[in-house]
Amino acid sequence: MTLIPDPTPTRRPSRAARRARTAAGLILSLVATLLGLLLVTFFIGRIVPIDPVLAVIGERATAAQYAAAREALGLDQPVWMQFLIYVRDALTGNFGTSILTRRPVMEDIARVFPATLELATIATIFGVLLGIPAGVVAATRPGSWIDQLVRLVGLAGYSMPVFWLGLMGLLLFYGILGWVGGPGRLDSGYEMMFEFDVPRVTGMILIDTALAGKWDIFRNAVSHIVLPAGVLGYYSMAYISRMTRSFMMNELSQEYITTARVKGMPEWRVVWVHALRNVMVPLITVIALSYATLLEGSVLTETVFAWPGLGLYITNALFSADMAAVMGGTIVVGAVFVFLNMLSDVLYRLVDPRARS
Amino acid sequence: MPSTLWFRPAGLALAAAMMLGTAPAALLAATPEDTLVIAAQIDDIVSIDPAESFEKSGGDLINNVYDSLIELVPGTSELTGGIAESWDVAEDGVTFTFTIREGITFHSGNPVRAEDAAFSIQRAVKLDKTPAFILTQFGLTPDNVDERVTFEGNTLTILIDEPVAPTFVYNCLTARIASVVDKELVLENEVDGDLGYEWLKSNSAGSGAFRLLTFRPNESYVLEAAGDYWRGDVQLNRVFVRHVPEPATQRLLLERGDVDVARDLTPVDVEGIAGNEALKVDEAPAGYIYYLALNQKVEPLNNPAVIEAMRWLVDYQGMADTFLKGQYIPRQSFLPTGFLGALDETPYSLDIEKAKSILEEAGVEPFTAKLTVRNNQDRMEIGQALQNTFAQAGITLNLSVGAGAEVLGEFRGRQHEITLQSWGPDYPDPHTNASTFTVNPDNSDEAGLTGLLAWRTAYEPGELQEMTEAAVRESDADTRRAMYEEIQRIHRDTSPFIPMFEEVDQISMQANVNDYHPGGGVDAATYWLATK
Repeated sequence: MTLIPDPTPTRRPSRAARRARTAAGLILSLVATLLGLLLVTFFIGRIVPIDPVLAVIGERATAAQYAAAREALGLDQPVWMQFLIYVRDALTGNFGTSILTRRPVMEDIARVFPATLELATIATIFGVLLGIPAGVVAATRPGSWIDQLVRLVGLAGYSMPVFWLGLMGLLLFYGILGWVGGPGRLDSGYEMMFEFDVPRVTGMILIDTALAGKWDIFRNAVSHIVLPAGVLGYYSMAYISRMTRSFMMNELSQEYITTARVKGMPEWRVVWVHALRNVMVPLITVIALSYATLLEGSVLTETVFAWPGLGLYITNALFSADMAAVMGGTIVVGAVFVFLNMLSDVLYRLVDPRARS
Repeated sequence: MPSTLWFRPAGLALAAAMMLGTAPAALLAATPEDTLVIAAQIDDIVSIDPAESFEKSGGDLINNVYDSLIELVPGTSELTGGIAESWDVAEDGVTFTFTIREGITFHSGNPVRAEDAAFSIQRAVKLDKTPAFILTQFGLTPDNVDERVTFEGNTLTILIDEPVAPTFVYNCLTARIASVVDKELVLENEVDGDLGYEWLKSNSAGSGAFRLLTFRPNESYVLEAAGDYWRGDVQLNRVFVRHVPEPATQRLLLERGDVDVARDLTPVDVEGIAGNEALKVDEAPAGYIYYLALNQKVEPLNNPAVIEAMRWLVDYQGMADTFLKGQYIPRQSFLPTGFLGALDETPYSLDIEKAKSILEEAGVEPFTAKLTVRNNQDRMEIGQALQNTFAQAGITLNLSVGAGAEVLGEFRGRQHEITLQSWGPDYPDPHTNASTFTVNPDNSDEAGLTGLLAWRTAYEPGELQEMTEAAVRESDADTRRAMYEEIQRIHRDTSPFIPMFEEVDQISMQANVNDYHPGGGVDAATYWLATK
C-alpha cells in the first residue's frame, strides 16, 4: 500500500490559538516560578539555625509555653507536611500570620508595599528622566568633558554606599538647609491628618491625598519623598545612563545613521528619534530591571529614612525568623518581577514593529 | 551638532526635578502643640494585650492606656493606689483583699468594677502567655483561678498558695499583666472562647489616661487623652510614637524640631547634641543587667579558679568610659539600681596579673572558649574588648555572633560555652532577678527549666536557693533588704555569672518637654504628666 500524502496543507494555528498558547505558556512559567520561589524560601527558612518560636515567646517562656507556641505555629508537623499546608493555604490567598505583627501577612504587605511602590516609582522616574538624556548626550560626544562628567557621576552613584549617601543627603538638605521634609512619609502633624481625614484608596499617600483633594498633605508628602527617591533615583540614573551610553554608541555607528546624516536630517532628529528609538528595546529591559530591584525595597534607604516599606518589613521578618512574612514578601517580589517581565514584553511590541509581526 | 539641541530634554528633566525638590520646603511644620511626638525603635512590640505584652515598647503603650490594681508613683519604685484604693492581707498571710475605687470608668464608658479586676487576672492566667508566671507563681492556675480570684461588691480577693512578703505580691500587681481590662467590652469581642485575645492584639479596653487611637505594627501608634482621668489632668491631647529605626535619623528629627523626644540616640549622638541649648538629655537606669554566663557543663569553665580569674579580666570601667559611654555603668550584682537590696559595690576591676596568678596557682593551662554574642553593635564591641583582655591571661575567646533568637536558642538549650546576655526585671521586686539567677531545683537537661538563668548555664546554686526562698517570705523590709544584699554578694563571688553593666536610658528631648518619665528599670514610660 502506498502512502498518499494528505492533500490538505498544514494549517497554521489561528491567531487566537497562538495567543492562547502564549498565555498558557506564560501562566505555566509563572506558576513554576512562584512554586520554585516558595520551595526555596521555605527550605532556607527551615535550614537557618534560628528558632521562630523564640521570636514569639521571648526570653522568659517555660518549656510548656514553648511547646504550645510551637504547636500553634504548626512547627510540630513533619517538614513536607508543613510545606504542603503552606502551598495549600497560599493557593487560597492565605499566606499565614506574621509572628511578629500577629496579623495576616497579606494585610501587612498591603500596608507596606504601597510605600515602596510610591518610592520606587518616583525614583525610577528620576532615574529615567536624568539617566537617558545623560547617556545619550555622553554617547554623542564620547571622550568630551560631558562624557567624562556623566561617567564620573555614574561611577560615584555606583560606589557610594546608599546608607552614607542617604544620611549625608538628610544632613544637608533636611538638617542644614531645610529644603526637604525629614525622615518618614509625612510630618507628624500631617501624618495624623492623613490617618484620620484621608480615605485609603491605594495606600500611596501622593495618590490618596490627591484624590481627596488634600493638597497641603500632598505637598508635605512630596517634600518627604523627594530625597529618598532622589537617592534611589541616583543609583538607577547611574545604571541607566551607563547602559544608554553603551547602546547609543553602538547604534550611532550603524549605517542607517550615516545615511540619515548624509541625507541632511537634522542631528537632533537623528539622535533623539532614530537612534534612541532603536535602543529603546534593550533600554526597556534595563529600566524594568532597575525598577524591579527598587520594588524589592531598599532596606538601607528605608532604614535611614524611616520609610515603612517592603524591604524593611522583609528584613525585620528575616532577622526574627518570621518565615510566613518572609515567604509572603518573597512571593510578592517574585510576582513583581514576573509582572514587569510581562510589561516589558508588551512594551517591546509597542516600540519594535518586528515584535508585532 | 548645536549644543542647545541636546541639552533641551536633559535641562527640562533637571528643572522638573529641582522644582519637585524645593517647592514644598516652606511647608515644614514643627510638632503639633497638643501632641507629644516621640521617635523610638518600637519594632520589638509583639503584642499590645496586657496578658501577653512583655517587651519594653509595648510596656510604654500599655502603661498609658491601662490602669493596674496598684501603681508606681511615676519615676519611683514607691507603691500608690491604682484601680484599688486600698489593700490588705489577712493574718493567714495568703488572703489579700483590694477595695476598688468608685467612680472610675473605662474608655467605653463602662464602670470599672471589682468584677473587671477579677476577670483580668483570671483571663491572664487562663491565656497563659509568657508573662503569666508573674501571677501563677502565687499558685494560681487556669483550673483554680476562678475560685482563688473572686469579687464581692467592690472588693477583690486573691487567695495565694503560701505566705510570702506582702510587698512581693503588691509589687507583682503593678506589672502590666495585672492591668485591668474592660470585661464587657472584651467579651463582646470574644471569638470561640478566646477571651478577646484576637481582638486585643490591635484594640484596647482600658481605663488609663489615653485611649489607643491607632496602632500600626513597626510603624507608629497614636494615643489620645481619654478625658477626665481620675489620677489628675492629662496635659497633652495626643501622643504620637513613630518607629524610627536609625539613631542618626532620630537625632536629625530631634534637631530639626520634628519630634519632641528621641529614645535611642547612640553615645556619639548624645555627645553631638550636648552643645545644643534647645535640647536636653535625661538619664534613667534602664534596669537591664549585662552579664556573662559560663556553661558549667563545659571544661574548664566549671573550674572556680577560672571563673574567679575571669572576673578580674573584664575592663568594666574602661568600657564604660569609652565606647559604652553614658549608656552603661559598671554593675557587679544582679539587682538593678532602685530595687530593694540593690548593691552599688564594684569590688572587681581589670587586673591581668592577678588573674594570671589565680590561673597559675590552680594549674590551669591556656585554653580556648567560644563567646556567643548577639549581632548588636554594643555587644559585639564588648565581646571584642573581652577577647583582648582575656587573651592577655592566656584565654583565647572565639567570638560567635548571631541573631537574637539564635543566640537565645543556644543559651536556652544549654549549648553555649560563654554567652553575653542581658536580663531586665519583670516586676519591681528583687525576687524577679533573684528567682532566675539563684534558683535551679533540677539541674538535669531533662528538667527543661528554660525560664531559669541558673538552669540554662547549669549552675547549682546550693544554699543560695534556700536563701532566696527565705527572702521572698520575709515580711520585714529591712531584714529582707539585708538578705538580698547577702545573696548578691555570695552570687557575685561564687556563681558562674559575671555581671558587668547596667544599661542607662538616655532620653533626648526638646528643652521645653517636662515631666516625661521614661520608666527606668522598674516601670514603663508615663505620658500623662508630660508637658511641652
